[in-house]
Amino acid sequence: MTYDVARVRADFPILARSVNGRPLVYLDSAASAQRPRAVIDAVDAYETHSHANVHRGVHALSQAATDAFEGARERVRRFLNARTAKEIIFTRGTTEAINLVANSWARPRLGPGDEILVTRLEHHANIVPWQMVCAATGATLKVAPIDGHGQLRFDAYEALLSPRTRLVATAHISNALGTILPVARITQAAHARGIPVLLDGAQAVPHGSADVQALDCDFYAFSAHKLYGPTGIGVLYGREALLREMPPWQGGGDMILSVSFEGTTYNDLPWKFEAGTPNISGAVGLAAAIDYVESLGPAAVHQHEQNLLAKATAAALGIPGLRVIGTAADKAAVLSFTVEGIHPHDLGTILDHEGVAIRTGHHCAMPVMEFFDVPATARASFACYNDDADIDRLIGALHQAREVFG
Amino acid sequence: MDLKELYRDVILDHNKRPRNFGPLAPVDASADGHNPLCGDRLTVYLQLDGDRIRDVHFDGRGCAISVASASLMTEAVKGKDRGAVARLFDEVHGTLTGECAEPPASLGKLAALAGVREFPARVKCASLCWHTLNAALAHECKPVTTE
Repeated sequence: MTYDVARVRADFPILARSVNGRPLVYLDSAASAQRPRAVIDAVDAYETHSHANVHRGVHALSQAATDAFEGARERVRRFLNARTAKEIIFTRGTTEAINLVANSWARPRLGPGDEILVTRLEHHANIVPWQMVCAATGATLKVAPIDGHGQLRFDAYEALLSPRTRLVATAHISNALGTILPVARITQAAHARGIPVLLDGAQAVPHGSADVQALDCDFYAFSAHKLYGPTGIGVLYGREALLREMPPWQGGGDMILSVSFEGTTYNDLPWKFEAGTPNISGAVGLAAAIDYVESLGPAAVHQHEQNLLAKATAAALGIPGLRVIGTAADKAAVLSFTVEGIHPHDLGTILDHEGVAIRTGHHCAMPVMEFFDVPATARASFACYNDDADIDRLIGALHQAREVFG
Repeated sequence: MDLKELYRDVILDHNKRPRNFGPLAPVDASADGHNPLCGDRLTVYLQLDGDRIRDVHFDGRGCAISVASASLMTEAVKGKDRGAVARLFDEVHGTLTGECAEPPASLGKLAALAGVREFPARVKCASLCWHTLNAALAHECKPVTTE
Protein backbone atom coordinates (compact mmCIF):
# COMPACT_ATOMS: atom_id res chain seq x y z
CA MET A 1 0.00 0.00 0.00
CA THR A 2 1.43 3.37 -0.92
CA TYR A 3 1.64 6.09 1.70
CA ASP A 4 -1.07 8.66 1.00
CA VAL A 5 0.54 11.88 2.11
CA ALA A 6 -2.33 14.01 0.79
CA ARG A 7 -4.68 12.19 3.15
CA VAL A 8 -2.25 12.62 6.04
CA ARG A 9 -1.93 16.34 5.31
CA ALA A 10 -5.70 16.69 5.43
CA ASP A 11 -5.57 15.44 9.02
CA PHE A 12 -3.54 18.52 10.11
CA PRO A 13 -5.71 21.66 10.10
CA ILE A 14 -2.77 24.04 10.52
CA LEU A 15 -1.35 23.05 7.15
CA ALA A 16 -4.26 24.88 5.52
CA ARG A 17 -3.02 28.26 6.73
CA SER A 18 -0.76 30.73 5.05
CA VAL A 19 2.32 32.47 6.39
CA ASN A 20 3.41 35.76 4.89
CA GLY A 21 0.91 35.30 2.11
CA ARG A 22 2.10 31.85 1.09
CA PRO A 23 0.83 28.39 2.02
CA LEU A 24 2.70 27.18 5.08
CA VAL A 25 5.57 24.76 4.58
CA TYR A 26 6.33 23.39 8.03
CA LEU A 27 9.81 21.92 8.31
CA ASP A 28 10.37 22.40 12.03
CA SER A 29 8.78 19.25 13.41
CA ALA A 30 11.98 18.30 15.26
CA ALA A 31 11.33 21.37 17.43
CA SER A 32 7.62 20.68 17.77
CA ALA A 33 5.32 18.69 15.50
CA GLN A 34 1.85 19.87 14.51
CA ARG A 35 -1.30 18.20 15.82
CA PRO A 36 -3.73 16.13 13.80
CA ARG A 37 -7.44 16.74 14.15
CA ALA A 38 -7.71 13.50 16.15
CA VAL A 39 -5.51 14.94 18.92
CA ILE A 40 -7.24 18.32 18.93
CA ASP A 41 -10.64 16.60 19.11
CA ALA A 42 -9.59 14.20 21.88
CA VAL A 43 -8.37 17.07 24.06
CA ASP A 44 -11.48 19.08 23.23
CA ALA A 45 -13.79 16.16 24.07
CA TYR A 46 -12.05 15.63 27.38
CA GLU A 47 -12.29 19.31 28.29
CA THR A 48 -15.89 19.50 27.15
CA HIS A 49 -17.27 16.35 28.73
CA SER A 50 -14.95 14.66 31.20
CA HIS A 51 -12.81 17.07 33.17
CA ALA A 52 -12.37 16.92 36.93
CA ASN A 53 -9.42 16.18 39.16
CA VAL A 54 -8.01 12.65 39.13
CA HIS A 55 -7.65 10.07 41.89
CA ARG A 56 -9.76 12.15 44.26
CA GLY A 57 -13.50 12.37 44.03
CA VAL A 58 -16.19 9.73 44.10
CA HIS A 59 -18.26 11.69 41.62
CA ALA A 60 -18.76 10.66 38.03
CA LEU A 61 -16.51 13.23 36.43
CA SER A 62 -13.58 12.49 38.69
CA GLN A 63 -13.93 8.84 37.74
CA ALA A 64 -14.13 9.76 34.05
CA ALA A 65 -11.00 11.91 34.32
CA THR A 66 -9.15 9.21 36.23
CA ASP A 67 -10.15 6.62 33.64
CA ALA A 68 -8.97 8.90 30.85
CA PHE A 69 -5.67 9.65 32.58
CA GLU A 70 -4.88 6.08 33.58
CA GLY A 71 -6.09 4.88 30.20
CA ALA A 72 -3.53 7.18 28.62
CA ARG A 73 -0.85 5.66 30.84
CA GLU A 74 -1.78 2.19 29.66
CA ARG A 75 -1.71 3.45 26.06
CA VAL A 76 1.85 4.73 26.61
CA ARG A 77 2.82 1.42 28.19
CA ARG A 78 1.71 -0.46 25.08
CA PHE A 79 3.48 2.07 22.83
CA LEU A 80 6.77 1.60 24.68
CA ASN A 81 6.14 -2.11 25.33
CA ALA A 82 6.87 -1.59 29.02
CA ARG A 83 6.13 -4.56 31.27
CA THR A 84 3.72 -2.68 33.52
CA ALA A 85 2.02 0.73 33.68
CA LYS A 86 3.85 1.26 36.98
CA GLU A 87 6.91 1.97 34.87
CA ILE A 88 5.24 4.90 33.08
CA ILE A 89 5.66 8.24 34.87
CA PHE A 90 3.98 11.31 33.38
CA THR A 91 6.21 14.41 33.38
CA ARG A 92 6.11 17.82 31.74
CA GLY A 93 8.34 16.53 28.99
CA THR A 94 11.70 14.97 28.21
CA THR A 95 13.55 17.63 30.17
CA GLU A 96 11.62 17.01 33.36
CA ALA A 97 11.92 13.24 32.89
CA ILE A 98 15.72 13.49 32.73
CA ASN A 99 15.78 15.86 35.69
CA LEU A 100 13.70 13.37 37.66
CA VAL A 101 16.32 10.67 37.10
CA ALA A 102 19.12 13.13 37.85
CA ASN A 103 17.56 14.18 41.15
CA SER A 104 15.97 11.00 42.32
CA TRP A 105 18.29 8.30 41.01
CA ALA A 106 21.70 9.93 40.49
CA ARG A 107 22.03 12.50 43.29
CA PRO A 108 21.53 10.14 46.23
CA ARG A 109 23.90 7.56 44.71
CA LEU A 110 26.82 9.41 43.22
CA GLY A 111 29.88 10.78 44.90
CA PRO A 112 33.40 12.01 44.16
CA GLY A 113 35.18 9.76 41.67
CA ASP A 114 31.95 8.54 40.08
CA GLU A 115 31.36 9.24 36.40
CA ILE A 116 28.36 9.91 34.20
CA LEU A 117 28.95 9.27 30.50
CA VAL A 118 27.09 11.21 27.79
CA THR A 119 27.90 11.76 24.11
CA ARG A 120 28.95 14.85 22.20
CA LEU A 121 25.58 14.78 20.42
CA GLU A 122 23.39 15.56 23.41
CA HIS A 123 20.71 18.20 23.65
CA HIS A 124 21.34 20.56 26.57
CA ALA A 125 18.54 18.76 28.43
CA ASN A 126 20.76 15.69 28.59
CA ILE A 127 23.86 17.65 29.62
CA VAL A 128 22.90 20.29 32.15
CA PRO A 129 20.99 18.05 34.62
CA TRP A 130 24.11 15.85 34.83
CA GLN A 131 26.37 18.85 35.29
CA MET A 132 24.14 19.87 38.19
CA VAL A 133 24.41 16.36 39.66
CA CYS A 134 28.19 16.52 39.29
CA ALA A 135 28.32 19.92 40.99
CA ALA A 136 26.26 18.61 43.89
CA THR A 137 27.98 15.25 44.33
CA GLY A 138 31.55 15.69 43.14
CA ALA A 139 31.01 13.21 40.30
CA THR A 140 32.54 13.84 36.85
CA LEU A 141 30.82 14.17 33.48
CA LYS A 142 32.55 12.29 30.65
CA VAL A 143 31.79 12.86 26.98
CA ALA A 144 32.03 10.22 24.26
CA PRO A 145 33.34 11.81 21.06
CA ILE A 146 31.87 11.87 17.54
CA ASP A 147 33.40 11.70 14.07
CA GLY A 148 33.17 14.17 11.20
CA HIS A 149 29.89 12.65 10.04
CA GLY A 150 28.34 13.29 13.43
CA GLN A 151 28.41 9.62 14.43
CA LEU A 152 29.37 8.30 17.83
CA ARG A 153 32.90 6.89 17.89
CA PHE A 154 31.83 3.62 19.39
CA ASP A 155 35.31 2.39 20.28
CA ALA A 156 36.03 5.61 22.14
CA TYR A 157 32.68 5.30 23.90
CA GLU A 158 33.52 1.77 25.01
CA ALA A 159 36.95 2.88 26.18
CA LEU A 160 35.30 5.53 28.38
CA LEU A 161 33.22 2.93 30.21
CA SER A 162 35.13 2.42 33.41
CA PRO A 163 34.58 0.87 36.82
CA ARG A 164 33.75 4.41 37.94
CA THR A 165 30.98 4.89 35.35
CA ARG A 166 27.66 4.91 37.18
CA LEU A 167 25.32 5.90 34.35
CA VAL A 168 25.29 6.23 30.57
CA ALA A 169 22.87 8.91 29.32
CA THR A 170 22.57 9.25 25.56
CA ALA A 171 20.30 10.57 22.86
CA HIS A 172 18.49 7.93 20.83
CA ILE A 173 18.50 10.34 17.87
CA SER A 174 20.47 13.59 17.75
CA ASN A 175 18.15 16.61 17.51
CA ALA A 176 20.71 18.85 15.83
CA LEU A 177 21.94 16.41 13.17
CA GLY A 178 19.48 13.54 12.99
CA THR A 179 22.11 10.89 13.73
CA ILE A 180 20.52 7.66 14.93
CA LEU A 181 22.74 6.33 17.69
CA PRO A 182 23.42 2.60 18.03
CA VAL A 183 21.53 2.55 21.32
CA ALA A 184 21.14 -1.23 21.50
CA ARG A 185 24.93 -1.68 21.25
CA ILE A 186 25.52 1.25 23.61
CA THR A 187 23.21 -0.35 26.16
CA GLN A 188 24.71 -3.80 25.71
CA ALA A 189 28.23 -2.50 26.29
CA ALA A 190 27.13 -0.61 29.41
CA HIS A 191 25.12 -3.49 30.82
CA ALA A 192 28.05 -5.86 30.30
CA ARG A 193 29.75 -3.71 32.93
CA GLY A 194 26.70 -3.40 35.13
CA ILE A 195 26.03 0.25 34.19
CA PRO A 196 22.42 1.45 33.73
CA VAL A 197 21.45 3.42 30.63
CA LEU A 198 19.10 6.36 30.11
CA LEU A 199 17.93 7.07 26.56
CA ASP A 200 16.70 10.52 25.54
CA GLY A 201 14.04 9.50 23.05
CA ALA A 202 12.62 12.97 22.31
CA GLN A 203 13.60 12.79 18.64
CA ALA A 204 13.21 9.05 18.25
CA VAL A 205 9.57 8.42 19.11
CA PRO A 206 8.15 10.23 16.06
CA HIS A 207 10.41 8.35 13.66
CA GLY A 208 9.57 4.79 14.60
CA SER A 209 8.58 2.69 17.54
CA ALA A 210 10.60 2.69 20.76
CA ASP A 211 10.40 -0.73 22.38
CA VAL A 212 12.02 -0.42 25.80
CA GLN A 213 12.24 -4.18 26.25
CA ALA A 214 13.94 -4.66 22.89
CA LEU A 215 16.26 -1.72 23.62
CA ASP A 216 16.77 -3.12 27.12
CA CYS A 217 17.30 0.41 28.47
CA ASP A 218 16.78 1.35 32.12
CA PHE A 219 15.23 4.77 31.55
CA TYR A 220 13.58 6.22 28.44
CA ALA A 221 12.36 9.82 28.18
CA PHE A 222 10.20 11.52 25.55
CA SER A 223 7.83 14.45 24.99
CA ALA A 224 4.34 14.29 23.50
CA HIS A 225 4.69 17.43 21.41
CA LYS A 226 7.32 15.92 19.15
CA LEU A 227 4.94 13.00 18.54
CA TYR A 228 2.05 15.16 17.25
CA GLY A 229 0.68 15.52 20.79
CA PRO A 230 0.27 18.48 23.18
CA THR A 231 3.03 20.44 24.88
CA GLY A 232 3.58 20.18 28.63
CA ILE A 233 3.31 16.40 28.81
CA GLY A 234 5.96 13.75 28.48
CA VAL A 235 6.98 10.42 29.85
CA LEU A 236 9.70 8.81 31.86
CA TYR A 237 9.87 5.07 31.48
CA GLY A 238 11.91 3.48 34.27
CA ARG A 239 12.63 -0.13 35.04
CA GLU A 240 10.35 -0.99 37.97
CA ALA A 241 13.14 -2.26 40.23
CA LEU A 242 15.03 1.04 39.81
CA LEU A 243 11.95 3.22 40.31
CA ARG A 244 11.13 1.35 43.51
CA GLU A 245 14.51 2.19 44.99
CA MET A 246 14.25 5.88 44.10
CA PRO A 247 12.91 8.43 46.56
CA PRO A 248 10.25 10.85 45.29
CA TRP A 249 11.59 14.02 43.72
CA GLN A 250 8.75 16.45 44.28
CA GLY A 251 6.40 16.29 47.23
CA GLY A 252 2.73 17.17 47.32
CA GLY A 253 -0.70 15.73 46.76
CA ASP A 254 -1.26 12.55 44.79
CA MET A 255 2.20 11.20 45.58
CA ILE A 256 1.27 10.17 49.14
CA LEU A 257 -0.81 7.48 50.82
CA SER A 258 -1.01 9.25 54.16
CA VAL A 259 0.43 12.41 55.62
CA SER A 260 0.92 13.34 59.24
CA PHE A 261 3.48 15.53 60.96
CA GLU A 262 5.01 12.40 62.46
CA GLY A 263 5.68 10.94 59.03
CA THR A 264 4.34 10.50 55.54
CA THR A 265 3.84 7.35 53.54
CA TYR A 266 4.54 7.70 49.84
CA ASN A 267 2.20 6.43 47.20
CA ASP A 268 2.93 3.39 45.03
CA LEU A 269 4.43 3.52 41.59
CA PRO A 270 3.91 5.38 39.35
CA TRP A 271 2.10 8.04 41.41
CA LYS A 272 5.03 8.37 43.82
CA PHE A 273 6.65 10.56 41.17
CA GLU A 274 3.57 12.55 40.19
CA ALA A 275 3.08 15.23 42.82
CA GLY A 276 0.21 17.63 42.29
CA THR A 277 -2.60 17.67 39.77
CA PRO A 278 -1.18 16.31 36.53
CA ASN A 279 -1.66 17.49 32.97
CA ILE A 280 -4.72 15.33 32.40
CA SER A 281 -5.80 16.71 29.05
CA GLY A 282 -2.18 16.49 27.91
CA ALA A 283 -2.11 12.78 28.72
CA VAL A 284 -5.37 12.34 26.82
CA GLY A 285 -3.85 14.16 23.85
CA LEU A 286 -0.71 12.04 24.02
CA ALA A 287 -2.77 8.84 23.94
CA ALA A 288 -4.64 10.15 20.90
CA ALA A 289 -1.33 11.06 19.23
CA ILE A 290 -0.03 7.53 19.77
CA ASP A 291 -3.25 6.12 18.31
CA TYR A 292 -2.82 8.41 15.33
CA VAL A 293 0.81 7.54 14.66
CA GLU A 294 0.10 3.85 14.97
CA SER A 295 -2.85 4.17 12.60
CA LEU A 296 -0.44 5.54 9.97
CA GLY A 297 2.02 2.75 10.62
CA PRO A 298 5.38 3.78 12.08
CA ALA A 299 7.24 1.77 9.42
CA ALA A 300 5.36 3.51 6.61
CA VAL A 301 5.98 6.93 8.17
CA HIS A 302 9.65 6.11 8.59
CA GLN A 303 9.98 5.07 4.94
CA HIS A 304 8.15 8.19 3.78
CA GLU A 305 10.43 10.43 5.83
CA GLN A 306 13.53 8.64 4.59
CA ASN A 307 12.40 9.24 1.00
CA LEU A 308 11.94 12.93 1.76
CA LEU A 309 15.35 13.13 3.43
CA ALA A 310 17.08 11.52 0.45
CA LYS A 311 15.34 13.82 -2.01
CA ALA A 312 15.91 16.97 0.05
CA THR A 313 19.57 16.15 0.64
CA ALA A 314 20.22 15.55 -3.06
CA ALA A 315 18.45 18.79 -4.01
CA ALA A 316 20.18 20.81 -1.28
CA LEU A 317 23.61 19.67 -2.41
CA GLY A 318 22.86 21.30 -5.78
CA ILE A 319 22.90 24.72 -4.09
CA PRO A 320 26.34 26.32 -4.36
CA GLY A 321 28.03 26.81 -0.99
CA LEU A 322 25.65 24.53 0.88
CA ARG A 323 27.28 22.22 3.40
CA VAL A 324 25.33 19.47 5.09
CA ILE A 325 26.24 19.21 8.78
CA GLY A 326 25.72 15.66 9.97
CA THR A 327 26.12 12.96 7.34
CA ALA A 328 25.70 9.84 9.43
CA ALA A 329 24.94 6.63 7.56
CA ASP A 330 21.99 6.04 9.86
CA LYS A 331 19.99 9.24 10.04
CA ALA A 332 16.49 10.42 10.83
CA ALA A 333 14.76 12.93 8.56
CA VAL A 334 16.74 15.96 9.69
CA LEU A 335 18.72 18.12 7.28
CA SER A 336 21.08 20.44 9.11
CA PHE A 337 23.13 22.73 6.89
CA THR A 338 24.95 25.99 6.36
CA VAL A 339 25.22 28.14 3.23
CA GLU A 340 28.48 29.93 2.65
CA GLY A 341 28.20 33.67 3.13
CA ILE A 342 24.70 33.58 4.61
CA HIS A 343 24.22 33.24 8.35
CA PRO A 344 21.56 30.66 9.32
CA HIS A 345 19.48 33.40 10.92
CA ASP A 346 19.31 35.28 7.66
CA LEU A 347 18.32 32.05 5.92
CA GLY A 348 15.60 31.57 8.52
CA THR A 349 14.19 35.04 7.96
CA ILE A 350 14.23 34.76 4.18
CA LEU A 351 12.68 31.29 4.22
CA ASP A 352 10.00 32.49 6.64
CA HIS A 353 9.24 35.30 4.24
CA GLU A 354 8.54 32.58 1.67
CA GLY A 355 6.27 30.76 4.13
CA VAL A 356 8.86 28.07 4.87
CA ALA A 357 9.39 27.40 8.59
CA ILE A 358 12.76 25.92 9.54
CA ARG A 359 14.78 26.08 12.75
CA THR A 360 17.93 28.14 12.87
CA GLY A 361 20.38 28.43 15.72
CA HIS A 362 22.34 26.07 17.91
CA HIS A 363 19.38 23.71 18.48
CA CYS A 364 20.15 23.55 22.22
CA ALA A 365 23.22 21.52 21.27
CA MET A 366 26.05 24.04 21.49
CA PRO A 367 28.77 21.35 21.89
CA VAL A 368 27.72 19.95 18.50
CA MET A 369 27.99 23.39 16.89
CA GLU A 370 31.40 23.84 18.46
CA PHE A 371 32.55 20.48 17.09
CA PHE A 372 31.65 21.50 13.53
CA ASP A 373 32.99 25.01 14.17
CA VAL A 374 29.75 26.74 13.24
CA PRO A 375 27.85 29.18 15.46
CA ALA A 376 24.57 27.82 14.21
CA THR A 377 22.96 25.80 11.45
CA ALA A 378 19.73 25.89 9.52
CA ARG A 379 17.72 22.75 10.12
CA ALA A 380 14.86 21.39 8.05
CA SER A 381 13.14 18.43 9.68
CA PHE A 382 10.57 16.24 7.97
CA ALA A 383 7.49 14.60 9.42
CA CYS A 384 4.61 12.38 8.32
CA TYR A 385 2.80 15.32 6.67
CA ASN A 386 5.61 16.73 4.54
CA ASP A 387 5.65 16.09 0.83
CA ASP A 388 7.74 16.65 -2.30
CA ALA A 389 6.16 20.07 -2.83
CA ASP A 390 7.54 21.14 0.57
CA ILE A 391 11.03 20.23 -0.59
CA ASP A 392 10.57 22.19 -3.82
CA ARG A 393 9.51 25.24 -1.80
CA LEU A 394 12.49 24.84 0.54
CA ILE A 395 14.94 24.62 -2.33
CA GLY A 396 13.29 27.53 -4.13
CA ALA A 397 13.54 29.67 -1.00
CA LEU A 398 17.21 28.78 -0.56
CA HIS A 399 17.89 29.95 -4.12
CA GLN A 400 16.02 33.14 -3.27
CA ALA A 401 18.27 33.65 -0.23
CA ARG A 402 21.30 33.34 -2.46
CA GLU A 403 19.84 35.96 -4.78
CA VAL A 404 19.19 38.38 -1.90
CA PHE A 405 22.77 37.99 -0.75
CA GLY A 406 24.09 38.20 -4.28
CA MET B 1 6.59 43.42 4.32
CA ASP B 2 9.35 43.31 1.77
CA LEU B 3 12.61 41.45 2.28
CA LYS B 4 14.43 44.33 0.63
CA GLU B 5 13.23 46.53 3.51
CA LEU B 6 15.34 44.39 5.83
CA TYR B 7 18.21 43.47 3.56
CA ARG B 8 18.88 46.91 2.10
CA ASP B 9 21.96 47.37 -0.03
CA VAL B 10 23.74 49.23 2.78
CA ILE B 11 23.19 46.27 5.10
CA LEU B 12 24.35 43.71 2.57
CA ASP B 13 27.41 45.82 1.77
CA HIS B 14 28.43 46.25 5.42
CA ASN B 15 27.83 42.53 6.04
CA LYS B 16 30.07 41.57 3.16
CA ARG B 17 32.72 44.20 3.86
CA PRO B 18 32.46 45.16 7.51
CA ARG B 19 34.27 48.42 8.32
CA ASN B 20 36.59 48.79 11.30
CA PHE B 21 36.76 45.02 11.60
CA GLY B 22 39.40 43.33 13.72
CA PRO B 23 41.06 44.00 17.05
CA LEU B 24 42.50 47.35 18.00
CA ALA B 25 45.86 47.83 19.73
CA PRO B 26 46.46 49.40 22.10
CA VAL B 27 42.95 49.21 23.48
CA ASP B 28 41.56 51.33 26.30
CA ALA B 29 38.35 49.38 26.78
CA SER B 30 36.63 46.41 25.24
CA ALA B 31 33.61 44.22 25.87
CA ASP B 32 32.19 40.95 24.59
CA GLY B 33 28.60 40.60 23.51
CA HIS B 34 26.69 37.38 23.04
CA ASN B 35 23.25 36.61 21.71
CA PRO B 36 22.55 33.13 23.07
CA LEU B 37 19.51 32.72 20.85
CA CYS B 38 21.47 32.67 17.62
CA GLY B 39 25.03 32.22 18.81
CA ASP B 40 26.18 35.65 17.62
CA ARG B 41 29.31 36.80 19.38
CA LEU B 42 31.16 40.05 18.97
CA THR B 43 33.78 42.13 20.68
CA VAL B 44 33.92 45.92 20.63
CA TYR B 45 37.33 47.60 21.08
CA LEU B 46 37.75 51.25 22.02
CA GLN B 47 40.51 53.83 22.07
CA LEU B 48 39.40 56.73 24.21
CA ASP B 49 40.44 60.35 24.54
CA GLY B 50 38.83 61.19 27.85
CA ASP B 51 35.15 61.26 27.05
CA ARG B 52 35.59 60.88 23.31
CA ILE B 53 35.84 57.70 21.23
CA ARG B 54 39.03 58.21 19.25
CA ASP B 55 38.76 54.87 17.45
CA VAL B 56 36.46 51.87 17.57
CA HIS B 57 36.71 48.41 16.03
CA PHE B 58 34.75 45.20 16.35
CA ASP B 59 35.15 41.56 15.47
CA GLY B 60 33.21 38.33 15.91
CA ARG B 61 30.62 36.55 13.87
CA GLY B 62 26.94 36.77 13.42
CA CYS B 63 24.12 37.25 10.99
CA ALA B 64 24.03 39.98 8.36
CA ILE B 65 21.94 42.23 10.59
CA SER B 66 24.30 42.03 13.56
CA VAL B 67 27.48 42.41 11.50
CA ALA B 68 26.12 45.30 9.44
CA SER B 69 24.72 47.00 12.51
CA ALA B 70 28.10 46.76 14.27
CA SER B 71 29.93 48.01 11.21
CA LEU B 72 27.57 50.97 10.80
CA MET B 73 27.81 51.70 14.50
CA THR B 74 31.61 51.93 14.44
CA GLU B 75 31.42 54.46 11.62
CA ALA B 76 28.75 56.48 13.41
CA VAL B 77 30.32 56.71 16.86
CA LYS B 78 33.95 57.29 15.92
CA GLY B 79 34.94 60.73 17.20
CA LYS B 80 31.80 61.18 19.29
CA ASP B 81 31.75 61.79 23.03
CA ARG B 82 29.77 59.74 25.52
CA GLY B 83 26.80 62.10 25.57
CA ALA B 84 26.45 62.04 21.80
CA VAL B 85 26.78 58.25 21.75
CA ALA B 86 24.04 57.94 24.36
CA ARG B 87 21.71 60.16 22.32
CA LEU B 88 22.46 58.16 19.18
CA PHE B 89 21.81 54.91 21.02
CA ASP B 90 18.37 56.16 22.07
CA GLU B 91 17.55 57.10 18.49
CA VAL B 92 18.74 53.75 17.13
CA HIS B 93 16.81 51.92 19.82
CA GLY B 94 13.66 53.87 19.06
CA THR B 95 14.07 53.15 15.37
CA LEU B 96 14.61 49.42 15.85
CA THR B 97 11.64 48.97 18.16
CA GLY B 98 9.34 51.23 16.20
CA GLU B 99 9.00 53.79 19.00
CA CYS B 100 10.16 56.45 16.54
CA ALA B 101 7.70 56.41 13.64
CA GLU B 102 10.37 57.66 11.25
CA PRO B 103 14.12 57.36 11.75
CA PRO B 104 15.42 60.84 12.71
CA ALA B 105 17.60 62.53 10.09
CA SER B 106 20.51 62.53 12.56
CA LEU B 107 20.77 58.74 12.17
CA GLY B 108 22.42 59.02 8.77
CA LYS B 109 23.32 55.63 7.35
CA LEU B 110 22.08 53.91 10.52
CA ALA B 111 18.56 54.57 9.20
CA ALA B 112 19.13 51.54 6.97
CA LEU B 113 18.37 49.43 10.05
CA ALA B 114 14.80 50.74 10.20
CA GLY B 115 13.49 47.67 8.33
CA VAL B 116 14.37 45.49 11.32
CA ARG B 117 11.27 46.71 13.17
CA GLU B 118 9.11 44.61 10.85
CA PHE B 119 11.02 41.51 11.95
CA PRO B 120 10.74 41.43 15.77
CA ALA B 121 12.84 38.26 16.03
CA ARG B 122 15.78 40.20 14.60
CA VAL B 123 15.77 43.32 16.80
CA LYS B 124 18.24 41.70 19.20
CA CYS B 125 20.61 41.03 16.32
CA ALA B 126 20.76 44.73 15.48
CA SER B 127 21.03 45.92 19.06
CA LEU B 128 23.72 43.52 20.31
CA CYS B 129 26.61 45.74 19.19
CA TRP B 130 25.13 48.78 20.92
CA HIS B 131 24.75 46.98 24.23
CA THR B 132 28.31 45.75 23.84
CA LEU B 133 29.55 49.26 23.12
CA ASN B 134 27.79 50.54 26.24
CA ALA B 135 29.43 47.79 28.28
CA ALA B 136 32.85 48.74 26.90
CA LEU B 137 32.23 52.39 27.71
CA ALA B 138 31.25 51.39 31.22
CA HIS B 139 34.50 49.40 31.39
CA GLU B 140 32.53 46.35 32.24
CA CYS B 141 34.56 43.22 31.95
CA LYS B 142 31.82 40.66 32.07
CA PRO B 143 30.18 39.68 28.75
CA VAL B 144 26.78 41.17 28.01
CA THR B 145 24.00 39.12 26.55
CA THR B 146 20.78 40.06 24.88
CA GLU B 147 18.83 37.76 27.20
